[in-house]
Amino acid sequence: MWRFSLFLCCAALLPAQPAKYGVGRPATLDEIRGLGTAIAPDGTGLPEGSGTAAAGQELFAARCARCHGDKAQGGVGPVLVGGQGTLATAKPLKTVGSFWPYATTVWDYINRAMPFDQPGALKPPEVYALVAYLLNLNGIIPANQAMDAKTLPKVKMPNRDGFVPDPRPDVGRKR
Amino acid sequence: MKDSAKSSRRQMFRLGAAVTGGLLAKRELAAQEATSKLGIPLGPYGERSPFEKAIRWTRDSKTPETGSSFTPLADSVGTLTPSSLHYERHHAGIPTIDPVQHRLIIHGMVERPLSLTMAEIRRLPSVTRTLVLECGGNSGSEWAAKTGADVQRSHGLVSCSEWTGVPLSLVLQEAGVKPGAAWVIAEGADACRMERSIPLAKAMDDILLAYGQNGEAIRPAQGYPLRLIIPGWEGNTNVKWLHSLKLTDQAYMARDETAKYTDLMPNGKARIFTYDMEAKSVITFPSGGQTLPGPGVYELTGLAWSGHGRVERVEITTDGGATWTQARLQEPRLPIAFTRFRLPWLFEGRDAVIGSRAIDETGYVQPTREALIEVRGVNSGYHYNGIKLWKVHAAGMVTNVEV
Repeated sequence: MWRFSLFLCCAALLPAQPAKYGVGRPATLDEIRGLGTAIAPDGTGLPEGSGTAAAGQELFAARCARCHGDKAQGGVGPVLVGGQGTLATAKPLKTVGSFWPYATTVWDYINRAMPFDQPGALKPPEVYALVAYLLNLNGIIPANQAMDAKTLPKVKMPNRDGFVPDPRPDVGRKR
Repeated sequence: MKDSAKSSRRQMFRLGAAVTGGLLAKRELAAQEATSKLGIPLGPYGERSPFEKAIRWTRDSKTPETGSSFTPLADSVGTLTPSSLHYERHHAGIPTIDPVQHRLIIHGMVERPLSLTMAEIRRLPSVTRTLVLECGGNSGSEWAAKTGADVQRSHGLVSCSEWTGVPLSLVLQEAGVKPGAAWVIAEGADACRMERSIPLAKAMDDILLAYGQNGEAIRPAQGYPLRLIIPGWEGNTNVKWLHSLKLTDQAYMARDETAKYTDLMPNGKARIFTYDMEAKSVITFPSGGQTLPGPGVYELTGLAWSGHGRVERVEITTDGGATWTQARLQEPRLPIAFTRFRLPWLFEGRDAVIGSRAIDETGYVQPTREALIEVRGVNSGYHYNGIKLWKVHAAGMVTNVEV
């Protein structure tokens, strides 16, 4: 243990250790940019652009409704609206509105994985618009509030405080 | 097992018929002809016998690119899962990746953002470990007692392979982790670019950048050419087709660690970052869908594993949990790997409820379904590891226990 502490002290005092094997080459900015945008809950990584619920509604009808239903009620794809107040009941309905703790996750997931058969096809303003539409549909933001890199991380999702750390082992310790 | 029991019965019947019909001589002749006939030529890549029929089970789906396929555990022998029968869980299909073009980019809070080719990764010091991989949702249907009819459907999202790769800690040290970094955001190169946040402490501990499985390159369905292997953690965190590791100071709260793979409790709160797969076991023979041909001695067998290390003991009940008997464990018992257990049992031709419970090296005892539900309710969805009971009916057929 003391060795580990000593290592930490040294690591804090000394410049970073050099590479030991020297394998690989420096990643280029283009390579890093090419990986797309992983979005942090504080909004780090969100690109420029903005979108409103009205624009999102049109896009949703054209690109999303086929799987998620014309009112986001679900179909081949999951239901995206409703469920608030159901999490502690016998039949919880987990949706973007009732369960997802961060609006940035909605942006990140649509951007990386949707539409299912054409992931990555949406431009940033389109993703903002779809997020605005879904948040408005769930009663979280007003219809006229545009979503962008500044406003989106400030949205407080209804279930933001609904998550707790893993307490296991909670069962099964005693015979 | 069911098939073999049936086929031995068929063989007995055939033998009887052959003797009474005076066909024995003719059958012997046919057998001799088979051995004197020239076989098929050698081949470049092996296939199993055409008589072997075990396959993964997949639910019908309108979107077959996303879903799960289940390992046929009742047909498995020993402790390894063939790569061809390893369970699958994909979210946007299996990408076709040319390993020559593939790169792993390590970026974010590092001194030296790195771009590594597969050839470069393979030059680095490697290790091989036999490890179980279990989907966080395995046996999820048991929560609501909508159990699969057989052990493949109820428990088949778990497999065990020998994995080869480079310790992630080594590669992170090459890039130089900056002070303040606490998480690694892993991303796959599948169509949905699967994303998970991994605590840096685990990354520096025992995670592998794996390129080998069971003596050859990882199969495309398992993440070819490169994936994370995270000992003891739910399958979803073991990101396949890995192309990006971003060091950050915060978890990114990806969809698959917030909306999915979180455990909803009866009070409406959900547990997050529930990575560990706790000790679990299941009897694979006799198990649901099989039939014992009649009373007599049978060797009960099954698989046990724990995300927390070695399986220390497995106990078996044949009276619905009233009494428990210690099973024999196959050595060597490797940490976080399948451990096969066995126990001879006299089936007396009366109804019997059988089950197994694993105890791991931490002293953790696999709980009953009732004990799990008492604490977690029936809507937590993931991380089910309750004792699985099968009912052996007097007539020999084996089914789920109604609960």
